[in-house]
Amino acid sequence: MSDYIFYPGCAMESSARAYDISLKAISKTLGIGIKDVDDWNCCGATEYLSISATPAYALIARNLALASRQVNGSNTVMASCSACYLNLTKADHNMAVDPKFGIKINQALEAGGLSYQPGALEIKHILDIMVNDIGLEKIKSKVKRPLEGLRVAPYLGCMVPRPDYASRFSDAEQPVELDMLLESLGAEVVDFPLRTACCGGHMTQISPDTAFDLINRLVKAADDQQADLMVTACPMCQMNLDAFQGEMNHHFKTNFKMPILFFTQLVGLAFGYEASELGFGLELVSAKSALSKLGMKAPESDSAAKVKKPPKGELPMPAPLPKMPRSAEKEATQ
Amino acid sequence: MTKNNEEPRIGVYVCHCGTNIAGVVDVENVATWAKEKLGTQGVVVSRDYKFMCSSLGQELIEKDIKEHNLNRIVVAACSPHLHEKTFRTATSNGGLNPFMCEMVSIREQVSWVHTDKVIATEKAKSMISGGVARIVHHEPLQPMSVPIHPATLVVGGGISGIQAALEIADAGYPVHLVEREPSIGGHMAQFDKTFPTLDCSACILTPKMVEAGNHPNINLYTWSEVEKVDGYVGNFVATIRKKARKIVEADCTGCGICQEKCPKKVIDDVFEAGLGYRKAVYTPFPQAVPNYPVIDVENCTYFEKGTCKVCEKFCPTNAIDFEQEDELISIEIGNIILATGYDLFDARKVSNYGYGRLANVFTSLEFERLTNASGPTGGEIVLRDGKTVPKSVGVIHCVGSRDKNYNEYCSSICCMQSLKFAHLVHERSGAEVYNFYIDIRTPGKGYDEFYLRLVEEGTNFIRGKVAEVSDTARNSEEEGKLIVQVEDTLVGKQRRIPVDMIVLSAALEPRADAKEVGKLFGISCSANGWLIERHPKLDPVATMTEGIYIAGCAQGPKDIPSSVAQGAAAAARVIGKIQKKEIELEPIRASVIEEKCSGCRICNNLCPFNAILFHEDRMVSEINPALCQGCGTCVAACPAGAIIGTGFSNEQVLSQIEGLLMLNIEAAATD
Amino acid sequence: MTELQTVDLPTTIPKHKKSLLSEVAARTAGKSNIEMCIQCGTCGGSCPSAADMDHTPRAIFALLKAGVRDEALRSNTPWMCVSCYYCTVRCPQDIHITDVMYTLKNIAVEEKIYTDSTAPDFSKTFINMVENYGRSFEVGLAGIHNLKHFIGRLPGMTPMVIGMLTKKGMPITPPKRIKGMAQLKKILKRAKELEAV
Repeated sequence: MSDYIFYPGCAMESSARAYDISLKAISKTLGIGIKDVDDWNCCGATEYLSISATPAYALIARNLALASRQVNGSNTVMASCSACYLNLTKADHNMAVDPKFGIKINQALEAGGLSYQPGALEIKHILDIMVNDIGLEKIKSKVKRPLEGLRVAPYLGCMVPRPDYASRFSDAEQPVELDMLLESLGAEVVDFPLRTACCGGHMTQISPDTAFDLINRLVKAADDQQADLMVTACPMCQMNLDAFQGEMNHHFKTNFKMPILFFTQLVGLAFGYEASELGFGLELVSAKSALSKLGMKAPESDSAAKVKKPPKGELPMPAPLPKMPRSAEKEATQ
Repeated sequence: MTKNNEEPRIGVYVCHCGTNIAGVVDVENVATWAKEKLGTQGVVVSRDYKFMCSSLGQELIEKDIKEHNLNRIVVAACSPHLHEKTFRTATSNGGLNPFMCEMVSIREQVSWVHTDKVIATEKAKSMISGGVARIVHHEPLQPMSVPIHPATLVVGGGISGIQAALEIADAGYPVHLVEREPSIGGHMAQFDKTFPTLDCSACILTPKMVEAGNHPNINLYTWSEVEKVDGYVGNFVATIRKKARKIVEADCTGCGICQEKCPKKVIDDVFEAGLGYRKAVYTPFPQAVPNYPVIDVENCTYFEKGTCKVCEKFCPTNAIDFEQEDELISIEIGNIILATGYDLFDARKVSNYGYGRLANVFTSLEFERLTNASGPTGGEIVLRDGKTVPKSVGVIHCVGSRDKNYNEYCSSICCMQSLKFAHLVHERSGAEVYNFYIDIRTPGKGYDEFYLRLVEEGTNFIRGKVAEVSDTARNSEEEGKLIVQVEDTLVGKQRRIPVDMIVLSAALEPRADAKEVGKLFGISCSANGWLIERHPKLDPVATMTEGIYIAGCAQGPKDIPSSVAQGAAAAARVIGKIQKKEIELEPIRASVIEEKCSGCRICNNLCPFNAILFHEDRMVSEINPALCQGCGTCVAACPAGAIIGTGFSNEQVLSQIEGLLMLNIEAAATD
Repeated sequence: MTELQTVDLPTTIPKHKKSLLSEVAARTAGKSNIEMCIQCGTCGGSCPSAADMDHTPRAIFALLKAGVRDEALRSNTPWMCVSCYYCTVRCPQDIHITDVMYTLKNIAVEEKIYTDSTAPDFSKTFINMVENYGRSFEVGLAGIHNLKHFIGRLPGMTPMVIGMLTKKGMPITPPKRIKGMAQLKKILKRAKELEAV
């Protein structure tokens, strides 16, 4: 049983409850102990950084300071929200590479009787923990209801794979970890070209037209690939694509009905949990009809593959890079 | 007092090097100081001069030696790499042993690395003090002469290696040319046209290949690699592994029937850059030199399954020999030229350009094959489907070059190559061409004219490093196309340009095994992996190891004219050495004091030049002065202190340190 | 829209030329590498919201280098940044572009240079909640913000809002204050003082 210090972030209590519920469910099956950072505060998302750097970093660093007090055996902080994950790693990173800055943030923390030594914590995203700590073999062994027949578009968004700090676990542009996880659950993973494209972030509030354009690109690309649903690892992506899909449809006069789920919900489904135990139904674009395909053989797709694979007997294609998590890649080159 | 009880009479010369040194170091002050403060150490004359390396500067030293009866010279100037020889000659012209001269580097180690003038001046003083303290312990040394073997080993049969081999062979000396692939020709053999004149690559290369293949003075070893190198300048011994071709060369007529009949088709990752096929028994291309094929045992059906032997059945001269083994050949040579070339950057790493994922993204080498009349499409520019002629083509410059994520350096050939591609597309398909560049770099004879020709032809030049290539269409115009997303930086707008085909001008990279090659031949690689020349401007083909030269892309990215020039330059250096018949070696050598040697043999295996032999009978080690390169490893390692390095005795080194710390001055002051 | 027309380039290089670039570099946490820009446009090409920016990020760097302070800080570019970090990972010079955008926003807010209040207001509303509760409050935030800036959008949003509240079950009351609210306030107060230094 591995124990993790968990930084849930605000969304897990409101818009991303399905993420929270499903995570708690599957962590039982996987034998992961989760303990929240005691009295954590909001990480400030992208907003506080926009207004004033020092208080923004101090806000983040309070969480790091609190978490580092809870280190007991494991010093790994697990984050579920990608913005929280980014902010925590970014603060830790910048405090380490810019010692002057690190001192300044600690001076602020001092006012509250706290301090944080950069590097004291290992900050990981749940996906990283699942693929690299727990391992796909173990996950595969827990699958009771393979997700056969379900065509899934894996959508990671920006802040899990980027920026590409040395400690980041995946490729910044074409990460394979989520694909491989979903494949291990038995799902058919479509080659989703926009897997790390932007969902629009807070643009739904600031410049809705900009956001609608980005949401449209993503949903359309998934639809072009004949995906039954998209999964994400980020509350903001889920909210933008799910809650604003209707408004986007209205804006572009389109009629997409693409369900947007958290990847943990699909893991739970494969582990044999009932949909009701995984927060299904909390999504605005219902996943019901998509899930009814579970267990049925998905029809052959024809659209995207056409351009990419030349007919036999013509000029050979270069071999694609081998598909393996970046952690394995690093080991292979050592 | 020196060893031979001679009173040291030292001349100190402080060079201004124009403003190189004088701009930061107060040279006049340093010179005056040396005379005043180091007088007790034996400094008799101390001067500063604008350019010590000029003939007037040298004459100054010669004159002073005679007039002031000097017996030691200290020159504070640039690094000894540059002018040690100059000042040793001046010292010698003045009538002293050349090794009674010591250089102090106050340019590379002082003025170029400091900005604070006061501190730099003090540091220069301290370094000169060290040099003076050291030279007191110098002794006259005699250089050692060794004969030069007239044969030369050239490693790599690309255009640079071929050129070098031909120059030396034409001068009448034997050459061993070793090539890893089945044929010589290198990357140039893969090209169709060469910039900027667009002459046919094969037309200008094959005569040279044939000449190299037939030259009475050239021994060609293809499908071979150098495995071991022993010895030293003038007297190397190299071991060549001649990989089993499984073809008896003496019997093979090169008729090609075996290739024709071989049932096993393999993607040719080397010569065809992965864009075409070859058989399991093959010569890489029709004009190959030599034109005997090789059997690729990893893919041959017989070696995989134990049956087939179709080639053997059809060979009219019974030249197939499945039992043939690798052969190890030992050769003696006097000099070595490394012309091992480059590897193409793996463009799949730039995942946002889609190579390996999007069918119609090609690398530069693939495109070379596509345009080559003997390539997989017979020179027709078509898409990956093998038939569709593109209506629009995007050429992306700097892929994997000038990018801290991959290689920081400029690959130097990509601009001209990309312009050539654009021209060939225009000429062969009439397609619209977009060249995406950061800067156009065309600094060569006729190069910028070629750029203007392309501008005139109507190539669309878009200044911007491409952000991504995708097949995710946003509108009907983009449907089914590859979309290049880029900021047109001259307009200041993001653009999306749909095209049918993308060509990536991928970076030139050091060979994957460049570091091992460097180690094998005892030379170093830069941080990037390119082999390092002795001096970047003035000695570009020599290396820090005597007798080893480098040429072509092994030294850094370069185009064909430069590669040829370097091949010829390396050859000229080698011919010069051979003609001198012998070479004087630096007398900086280690030697064992037999009485102190305990016979522990620790030094034996540490020596990187295998210069130490052990006398079992007397239980002592001895150093072969011809093999020793004076690196000092054994000197430092000897637990008994039994090994001394000429020119680096404990006395010399420790006095220099004391001098640097100005201990000698303070001691003198308190006396 | 083309900056070539709108930019009021000074005819002489202003004295504060260097200081603007180094000011931005100094205020950016970590190492910005901003001085290394070679104007290749990777950032402007990668940016998903470039179409809505009045300058591409590359052009902003050129303005900063040239010392054209007002034009650079008045630009909507940093406010249109979606923090996707594509530019940052692709930049061949390892410039931390997204972080530089944050810095530009910080300066623009501090000096009240940026005139469109939509984006700064959203951030400020967000911060306000965090500073009062220690947690953010999505429903309240969206409500307040849209009432102020997109009142016309509200009817179109109604189905979604209802869905959010009923189906998604998002809380309509503010979150519970964290226990260490006083501690957090002290930390932020000190941080603000340090920022001003």
